[in-house]
Amino acid sequence: MAANRLVRAWGPMTKSELIEAISARQSQLSTKDVELAVKTILEHMSESLACGGRIEIRGFGSFSLHYREPRRGRNPKTGDTVQLAGKHVPHFKPGKELRERVNLGLQGGL
Amino acid sequence: MTALTKSEMAERLFEELGLNKREAKEIVELFFEEIRACLENNEQVKLSGFGNFDLRDKSQRPGRNPKTGEEIPISARRVVTFRPGQKLKARVEAYAGTEPQ
Repeated sequence: MAANRLVRAWGPMTKSELIEAISARQSQLSTKDVELAVKTILEHMSESLACGGRIEIRGFGSFSLHYREPRRGRNPKTGDTVQLAGKHVPHFKPGKELRERVNLGLQGGL
Repeated sequence: MTALTKSEMAERLFEELGLNKREAKEIVELFFEEIRACLENNEQVKLSGFGNFDLRDKSQRPGRNPKTGEEIPISARRVVTFRPGQKLKARVEAYAGTEPQ
């Protein structure tokens, strides 16, 4: 991990950097194949949530939908009251390993 | 509906992209491990179209043992939050079901 992380610029990791990082850690697939794989994984996850499903990744976390009740909102421009329909929003709950590792990062002074 | 897990993700990589099963399993594993490693290093992860994994540092705050009522401080900690992207929010919003997840 350290090797490919060192060449990466400081700052948020983007999808293309994630693809590069995964490529650097395996030898069988081309970067192009890894890119397709990452996009397929993200599409699979989005599709599953869009159909009301859950995602459970041990040691990483789970994704599910939370329901937001219908409510009265306001158009910030005109001040008019508008009725907003109920809707679902994606929710992520970090798993134990992720929680612990991120917190160790803090204890380690990063 | 059963939950989506790593094995179904690997299965799809095998079916759709023709990766062999071992490669597919490894890529799925690396995908989540690289995100974890990044967050562990206090770096945000931004996956356009899906969402961002952000980090928040929380300072110590007073807490209580819910069983005994005893006051105990909740230590300072770093937590991961997920902010879904516009595209994912729009897709999920359209889901009309109301049954509990």
